[in-house]
Amino acid sequence: MCLAIPGQVVAFVAEQPALVRVDVGGVRRNVNIGLLEEGELALGDWVLIHVGFALSKIGEAEARDQLRMLRAMGEDELAMEEVRGYSFAADDGERR
Amino acid sequence: MLEARVTPRRLRFTDERIEMSHGAGGKASRRLVEGLIAPAFANPVLATLSDAATFLINGTRVATSADGYVVKPLRFPGGSIGELAVNGTVNDLAVSGARASALMASFILEAGLPADVLRAEVEAMAAAAQRAGVPIVGGDTKVVEHGMCDGIYISTFGIGAVDERLVLDPQTVRPGDKVLLSGPIGDHGITILLARGELELEAELRSDTRSVWPFVECLLATCPAGLRWMRDPTRGGVATALNELARECGLGIVLREEDIPLRREVRGACEVLGLDPLHIANEGQVLAIVAAGDAQRALEAFRSVPGGAEARLIGDVRAEGAGTVIGLTPYGGTRAIDMLVGDPLPRIC
Amino acid sequence: MSLKYVDEFRDPSLIATVANEIKRSIDPERHYRIMEVCGGHTHAIYRHGLRDILPENVELVHGPGCPVCVLPTGRVDDGLAIASQPNVVLACFGDMMRVPGTKGTPLELRARGADIRMVYSPLDALKLAQENPDTHVCFFAIGFETTAPSTALTVLRARELGIGNFSVFSNHVTIVPAMRAILDSPGMRLDGFIGPGHVSSIIGCRPFEFVAQRYGKPVVVAGFEPLDVLESILMVLRQLRAREATVENQYRRIVPWQGNAAALRALAAAFELRPYFEWRGLGFISQSALKLKSAFAEWDAEARFAVPGVRVTDPRAAQCGEILKGVLKPPQCKLFGKECNPEHPVGALMVSSEGACAAHYRYARLDEAVHA
Repeated sequence: MCLAIPGQVVAFVAEQPALVRVDVGGVRRNVNIGLLEEGELALGDWVLIHVGFALSKIGEAEARDQLRMLRAMGEDELAMEEVRGYSFAADDGERR
Repeated sequence: MLEARVTPRRLRFTDERIEMSHGAGGKASRRLVEGLIAPAFANPVLATLSDAATFLINGTRVATSADGYVVKPLRFPGGSIGELAVNGTVNDLAVSGARASALMASFILEAGLPADVLRAEVEAMAAAAQRAGVPIVGGDTKVVEHGMCDGIYISTFGIGAVDERLVLDPQTVRPGDKVLLSGPIGDHGITILLARGELELEAELRSDTRSVWPFVECLLATCPAGLRWMRDPTRGGVATALNELARECGLGIVLREEDIPLRREVRGACEVLGLDPLHIANEGQVLAIVAAGDAQRALEAFRSVPGGAEARLIGDVRAEGAGTVIGLTPYGGTRAIDMLVGDPLPRIC
Repeated sequence: MSLKYVDEFRDPSLIATVANEIKRSIDPERHYRIMEVCGGHTHAIYRHGLRDILPENVELVHGPGCPVCVLPTGRVDDGLAIASQPNVVLACFGDMMRVPGTKGTPLELRARGADIRMVYSPLDALKLAQENPDTHVCFFAIGFETTAPSTALTVLRARELGIGNFSVFSNHVTIVPAMRAILDSPGMRLDGFIGPGHVSSIIGCRPFEFVAQRYGKPVVVAGFEPLDVLESILMVLRQLRAREATVENQYRRIVPWQGNAAALRALAAAFELRPYFEWRGLGFISQSALKLKSAFAEWDAEARFAVPGVRVTDPRAAQCGEILKGVLKPPQCKLFGKECNPEHPVGALMVSSEGACAAHYRYARLDEAVHA
């Protein structure tokens, strides 16, 4: 039930039923967009594909936000490690 | 230092009927061959169960190989059944260290087959044989009733002398040896899957069918003493070939996933269909186990072969995990890489 | 070579970041048991080796969200009975082809002459019917709410086009009743849930609120890339540390909180809930499966064909139910790895590669090899 993969809309194929051509890493397939709201899609958009249907349009902003937050988490971690490093150096200085 | 080796268990074949999975090149195929066919023909040469059988004729070590081709569709991007039939047997001999001296071809044709179809295959075979530098010296032709075979079935038999410098034997594999791969995996199997048309997927992909003798030849020139084992990873893919090796030599193999060469389209198709590229058939690649000290030179030698630019060192042999193949993910995780059970099937879950 | 919206979520440095944060979020004295509901998550966890990245005291328990695993053998037999009718083509997903019925798998029956074809989409099955007006094409539908809307649209299209030689054998099931069954089972010791991201893309996040509100367990609706799974685990652990229990949406780039209205409309148009349905390993669960509405009887395989409808029970030694509920681990079942293995599956969880036992067998039994 869970194997769904992001693909990019590269062409509109038909009106009825609503079909678009989607590209996943150079592999192309026609995909039915009847489960998306009308007018939701533009060329170049990304959708989640499952058994020949698009289940959802991928939120580029949400993806960016999530990655940005995680990168910030990583930077915080690095910052904390640096601080720990400084306190070691300070100890060394005092001992000397 | 003694290394513990896992003794392969004797397999028994208890299935009541032959199923498609027995021909797929994975566990079921192994059970059929090792449990039913090989014991009946029992002899020391057969017991090695290599792709090619090697034996002495008047002091010369000779390798022979036979293979049947039943692929559907007959023609596909990058090749056809005829080319597979020639290259497949040439490659079986090559990875046994023998340059093919001659091939023979047996055709089983379906009554009603258009002559043009046969002509196209015969011409494809001639071209492939010329590219591989091997003559097709004879064979056989039979015609069966309409409906009794899928157009054409081709079997090829090949023979060649094994290079004297070589000792190719799983038992010579040592911990620390390196796994060398000639190029991107999965091209052939995915091309065939897409060419069947059932999945309605399109991609710019071609079968990788070609003679791999040039790769073997340069290994012979570079490091014959450090070359332990070779295989062309056909049905069942790299995973099956390496699992068989691990089982035979009683050592463990670790592959680094990010080092495995893979075309974008093959990856895309595998992601869409839920397939593992390591299980997909290749028809123009070589896997080799080489001694650590020779690995870098062997890699450069592969890369110097036309069509070998994407060769990579993809893993290591180790003592731990005897008989298993493990994958290292790029983020410090590990996963088991198992032998294929039956044909690779797309999934939706 | 990179796949967009896939590789960014497989970034090793971000994965390391989240893994470190997970270590910081746990109480080293506590043992955490988190269930990933969906079989796709089970597959992802093993495929990417995520258990190696998690601390020892964070245990992932595999849930019942594997539609192949929970399909009773009797239903497989029913589907194969339809396939053996004259002039009928049974169309299935690849997942079904190796699922054993009493007399063999679809692949085996096909090798013996039954017309069984693999399709990627229910629309391909419908197309097969259009192109072969003299045969009847029956689509063996499986899957949770992720897949059911696609079947629904296909049936609606069949009606629209007046295609009479097409039917659906519906085995669609819904995830919430299974989760409730697990939460209600005695001996259940779970701290939180990784929620099914693709099911949620259809039904939204609200259906899982009962887990937080009535059972006090956090639920994080999760994506399927390694970063998604790890971030979701982190979010569960943070809730546990803060003694919170709410539903959170980690998979925001795909899952709308309110779900997919168009998909839910399609479901409502074509399907209704069965009063009860048997889940292999879990028994009968009420209101847990989908049946085509009577207006679509013409496309309902159960209305058009007489199926045996025989209930086939698993051997008593098979402990699928306990494993599904997270009470036992696969190696603790007496049949595991011996009588029951991927080539000869005895119970539900060995049948599909994402069943808890199959996943464990294929990937984790080499744990000794890995940590040697």
